[in-house]
Amino acid sequence: MTAVSMTVNGKSVSADVEPRTLLVEYLRENQRLTGTHVGCDTSQCGACVVHVDGVAVKSCTVLAVQAEGASVVTIEGLAKDGKLHPVQEAFREHHGLQCGFCTPGMIMTAVDMIRRHPEGLDEATIRAELEGNICRCTGYHNIVRAIEAASAAMGAKEAAA
Amino acid sequence: MTATGIGASPRRKEDFRFITGKGNYTDDINRAGQTFACFVRSPHAHATIGRIDAAAALAMPGVVAVLTGQDMADDGIGGLICGWMVHSKDGSPMKAGPHPALAQGKVRYCGDCVAVVIAESYAQAKDAAEAVAVDYHPLAAVVDAKAALGPDAPLVHDEIAHNMVFDWELGNYKETVDAFTAAAKVVSLDIVNNRLIPNAMEPRAAIGDYDSGTGIHTLYTTSQNPHVARLVLSAFIGIAPEHKLRVIAPDVGGGFGSKIFIYAEETVCVWAARRVGRPVKWTGERSESFLSDAHGRDHHTHAALALDAGGRITGLRVKTIANLGAYLSTFASSVPTYLYATLLSGQYDIPAIYAEVQGVYTHTAPVDAYRGAGRPEATFVVERIVEEAARQLGEDPAEFRRRNFIRSFPHQTPVIMAYDIGDYEASLDKAMQLIDYDGFPGRRRASEAAGKRRGIGLSTYIEACGIAPSAAVGSLGAGVGLWESAEVRVNPTGSVEVLTGSHSHGQGHETTFAQLVSERLGVPLENVEIVHGDTDKVQFGMGTYGSRSGAVGMSAIAKALDKVEAKAKKIAAHLMEAAPGDIEFKDGRFTVAGTDKSLTFPEVSLAAYVGHKFPTSEIEPGLKESAFYDPLNFTFPAGCHICEVEIDPDTGVVRIERFVAVDDFGVIINPMIVEGQVHGGIAQGIGQALLEHGIYSEDGQLLTGSFMDYTMPRAGDLPSFQLGLTTTRCPSNPLGMKGCGEAGAIAAPPAVINAITDALQIRDFAMPATPERVWRAANAVALAAE
Repeated sequence: MTAVSMTVNGKSVSADVEPRTLLVEYLRENQRLTGTHVGCDTSQCGACVVHVDGVAVKSCTVLAVQAEGASVVTIEGLAKDGKLHPVQEAFREHHGLQCGFCTPGMIMTAVDMIRRHPEGLDEATIRAELEGNICRCTGYHNIVRAIEAASAAMGAKEAAA
Repeated sequence: MTATGIGASPRRKEDFRFITGKGNYTDDINRAGQTFACFVRSPHAHATIGRIDAAAALAMPGVVAVLTGQDMADDGIGGLICGWMVHSKDGSPMKAGPHPALAQGKVRYCGDCVAVVIAESYAQAKDAAEAVAVDYHPLAAVVDAKAALGPDAPLVHDEIAHNMVFDWELGNYKETVDAFTAAAKVVSLDIVNNRLIPNAMEPRAAIGDYDSGTGIHTLYTTSQNPHVARLVLSAFIGIAPEHKLRVIAPDVGGGFGSKIFIYAEETVCVWAARRVGRPVKWTGERSESFLSDAHGRDHHTHAALALDAGGRITGLRVKTIANLGAYLSTFASSVPTYLYATLLSGQYDIPAIYAEVQGVYTHTAPVDAYRGAGRPEATFVVERIVEEAARQLGEDPAEFRRRNFIRSFPHQTPVIMAYDIGDYEASLDKAMQLIDYDGFPGRRRASEAAGKRRGIGLSTYIEACGIAPSAAVGSLGAGVGLWESAEVRVNPTGSVEVLTGSHSHGQGHETTFAQLVSERLGVPLENVEIVHGDTDKVQFGMGTYGSRSGAVGMSAIAKALDKVEAKAKKIAAHLMEAAPGDIEFKDGRFTVAGTDKSLTFPEVSLAAYVGHKFPTSEIEPGLKESAFYDPLNFTFPAGCHICEVEIDPDTGVVRIERFVAVDDFGVIINPMIVEGQVHGGIAQGIGQALLEHGIYSEDGQLLTGSFMDYTMPRAGDLPSFQLGLTTTRCPSNPLGMKGCGEAGAIAAPPAVINAITDALQIRDFAMPATPERVWRAANAVALAAE
């Protein structure tokens, strides 16, 4: 067993884990943060995307021990002070989810995508950027609409501020 | 229309928990003291099993037990079942081989479960599964259904000759032969419907739990129909008496048919929990989903169309070989028969149809219902051969279809179905207008000027939803009636709980079902709770598949709401000292006709439970009603999808430039949710046409066993879709609904392939149209010259 310490959703946490424990297993099983999902075993589907030090990462591709000292944000940590993140709001408003299983990964990916594109996002860029996230329910149509809207809303807010 | 009633698009009630990571899927559930299961799966497609040596595995850290098929047999646990009896042409019943949850003596496909290792952690169970030594004697395998019928093909079940499960027929043989004899022209086509792997994003999972004090077994499982699972596990497999088995299907991450069936893994988990005296949890890895979820489609068909001199269709003859895999899954026999050949008339007035279907065992994963289940296969046959007929006649495919449309209703087809209503020309016209059909030649010239090829393809589809009238399906061999149940519980404060036998795994029932209640009772949407997925809460239900939850599930709720309203009116009449016949109920308020007396719904609800102010000897206290609704007929959603593609002959890449879908779903509860269902269905249909293919090697290894090998549609593969609606109200259920869940997956594949064959000016192209194969077709002349 190996000791690992990190910050998860703003809280310092530590545990002894088997060295082979994946970050997603650590989050789901040790931290009981089950919003992060496992949809495949080849790092293709993106249901497990979380933010590690502010960057979107597939948590099935990282060992828990590699996140030593890092700041991890999961879907559970996205809403602040009871207020939904604009991307969460946009997914609900634009019906960007059906069964909800890919949704946490989609939202975490979208937040990162919008951060990296302060100039705004068009449909072609959003579709290309979603390469690493698979959804079987929505045909992506409304996910694209939600990310477009969130990007616009967040850009507008920054401009206003 | 109110902001939350029928026809409005309130945002979904269920979304909050999903967007905040608070969903409750089976793998999110943990039981105190639980153990973890890992299945030992066959690496061979066909082998006899000698000794299973678990000694090394049992000695490994954390291992609790290693169980085999012999242990299940010793405990008197039966095999998995197929719930639909199909008879062959000669009247003999279909031939089904045994299907033990853990193999007994033989394995029949790669991934067949041989043993289960139960350990303190999943990692320990997985490590130990590697150490279980199974003495396999590999045998020759056959994966192709046509080959499996051959005289020397290896037998999947020794007792079933030629691997033939059934040789079934439907339609009017003599009239069809006569139609072909008299035909001015006959058009024929060989059609393959490629094998698909469903891939709901949540892999299947199960937790078995046993309370030795009460003798009650609990199964948490990824199911679209928990009550059917309980019935099958208790009455047929013999896990536990029905009243000692509770099945819970919590949040389920997509189904598409693949979670209808009762599989080996959940059967083992609930049995093993009693055996080891601790909860047993299994969560499938994606590789296991690929290997062991029931696959879809996999048909080989020869079709022929008879035409008269005026270009009218006079007959259709279809011969299909359907690959059923190594065992008959729960509804496997119904999919290529009664859910397929009954739709072969399409939207067309065809006086004579004759279909023959041979269901065949192979050494592959079982094949069963996948989004559309039989109707996509039928639609692909009909819409491909109709397209081919139009092209051979040198006619616009839209006009050929238009001439042959059914125009009067009800319409009895020669293949069982009686279409109740539709307007096929309306959806064709609207779709042609939305895609600018008339502007296509100009767009094609522009593409050609740029060195590209452009094509347009139509699909005027029909399907049957709202499965189904119990007497009708019973006469066709279904082991269960296909009604639905509902219970409406009004609380004293006037809030409402609806218990439904339907199950939501992405469809948004918590919202749409609540919209119906809100509209009928005038109760705010947030005061309605939809309860589903727990056999302890909901008395019985048939579950969700075949786009039946609106037409059948909501009709049951509507029927229960009728009873609630009738009783509430009686109570209101007493309270307001009026005759029950004078009570009107509208917008949540009871009024006495011709007076200013009125009571709100919560006031009457409270009075119903307080019981002080009406004679409880005449009217029972309380306000709770239940109903079972058995539909009068199937429903027949129909429409027109048109696809326009541009192909780059240098790369073979097919780009979908436009995709228009115009559908007639009857009355719609929530347009936003319906559009979402259509988007998802189209994506799966385009996936089948362009990307997806479940491929086995000749010796039965699954070559497409991961997302690295099986091409799921991704955002960049798809366009945005343009949708439209036409509406004919369904006369066969009280709400006028038809169903929308599968239309896209049914309509899209022929639209895409018709567009590709139009672009390349070729007769046929087998799905999926991958760039390499399209490139070869686009450059066939040049390649042949080399």
